Parts: sequence; C-alpha cells; structure tokens
Amino acid sequence: MPGSVPLSYYLAISALLFIMGSLGVLIRRNPLIIFMSIELMLNSANLAFVAFGREMNVLSGQIMVLFVMTVAAAEVAVGLALIVIIFRNKHSIDVDLMNGLKG
Amino acid sequence: MNLTLILFFVLAVVAVASAAGLLISRNAVYAALFLVLNFASVAVFYLLLGAPFIALAQVTVYAGAIMVLFLFVIMLLGGEKLPRTYILPWQRPTAIGLAAVLFVEAGFLLFQRLQLSANLANPIAAVNTTEYLQIFSEQLFNQYLLPFEVTSIVLLVAMIGTIVLTKKVKGEEA
Repeated sequence: MPGSVPLSYYLAISALLFIMGSLGVLIRRNPLIIFMSIELMLNSANLAFVAFGREMNVLSGQIMVLFVMTVAAAEVAVGLALIVIIFRNKHSIDVDLMNGLKG
Repeated sequence: MNLTLILFFVLAVVAVASAAGLLISRNAVYAALFLVLNFASVAVFYLLLGAPFIALAQVTVYAGAIMVLFLFVIMLLGGEKLPRTYILPWQRPTAIGLAAVLFVEAGFLLFQRLQLSANLANPIAAVNTTEYLQIFSEQLFNQYLLPFEVTSIVLLVAMIGTIVLTKKVKGEEA
C-alpha cells in the first residue's frame, strides 16, 4: 500500500540528489549543464517538501512545490535568454571565458 | 519486503544513476536526456507519496516544457560539446570534498532533528483522487490565493524579461 516507505528514505534520496546537483554546479564548465544541475537541486527540494507534507499530513508541501515549479520555469526562461545573448556576444558559452569584469 | 519498498529502491537507483549520468556525460544533449529520466523517476516518487497532481505537473512542466526549452537552446547554440580549456587541477577534488561536507551536514541536520509530530487535523491520507483534487484546489484558491496570484506576476515578469533580453537593438550588429 502507498505510504509504507519511511520518510527518512525519501530525505536520504533528496539529500543525495541535492548534493549531486551542487557537485554539478561546482565541477562542470558548460553553463547549460550548470543550469540543469540547479534544476536537479530544486527538484530534490521539491521531493523533500512532498515527503514532509505526507508525513505531517498536510497539503501545504505540495502547494509549495507548485510555486517552486513556477519560479523554476521563470528562472529557466530568463537564464537561457541570458545564455543566448552571451553566446551572441562572445560566440562561446564556456564559463571560463566570461571574465569580462576582470580588471 | 513489500512491493512499494522494492519499487522505491528501483526508482532510487534510477534517480541517482541518471543524476550521475548528468554529472559525467560530456555531451549536453545526453545530460538533458538523463535529467528527463531523473524527473520521470521523481514523478513516480510523487505518485508513491500520494501526490498525483504534483506528479503530473512534474511530467508536463519539468520533463515536458523546461527540458524542451533546454534541448532547444542546446541545439540552437551548438553547445553540445565545449572544447576543453585550461583545467584547474584543484577544482574537482575541492568540489568533491565540499560536496561530501555538505552531504554530512545535510544528513546530520535531517536525521538529528527529525522528531515529527503528526498533525491529524487535516487528514488527506486515505482519500481517493477526486477528493484529493478537491481538497488541493480548495486550499490553493483559499489559503494560498495571494501567492498563487503572485506567481502570475513572476511569470509575466520572466516573459517580458526574456523578450527584452533577446530583442535585437536597432542598428546593432548581431
């Protein structure tokens, strides 16, 4: 029956996915993959929200997830637009080349 | 070991493996497809947790809309593979060390303070899907009406921002 998996299992998987997302942000150079890693982190936070909501027997967790998804969609749209104009200016999207502010 | 637990572990393996695939694949298109797989497995987690609406929103919004946008931009820019530039020798070990520290911290916080008191005032545990959707929408449009309206403004601002950012300025060489 549903609901027989303990909360701690979900929290462990959520923490693991969050760590992998942060690792992706730290080691990858492609800004598109960095963005995907950020999505992975948001997603793992959503999983923790839903798991806690089920444990506390409230729906607020799921409604928060809806809001997080909306903000993530907005963030992806603006972020990808930024990547597109950076590509237009520098003809590359390597994060190591984005050092225009360096003195 | 019951069936739900087996399903959970299979999904956990799929989720972690696809996240690892996202981390190590050199090609951005493969990384995006690994992320779609990860989103799909998380959607099944939501179903296991009794959140069918969130599961379907996950599939349509994340795995559908957002990932299509990602793939579109990857192919538009030709950013599948970046040529290797210089490599910082300390970057990867440092990152892995920091991630391990974060993992220990997260585990400590989550499991040290995990003393939940089940709130039984609003039982949603044993309802069917129709009742679930009714309770969900009642809460969303009563208690959370203001945040719901604010998200519409967030989306509007994102839309305008995207258009303004990518619009070509007149006379500018593009």
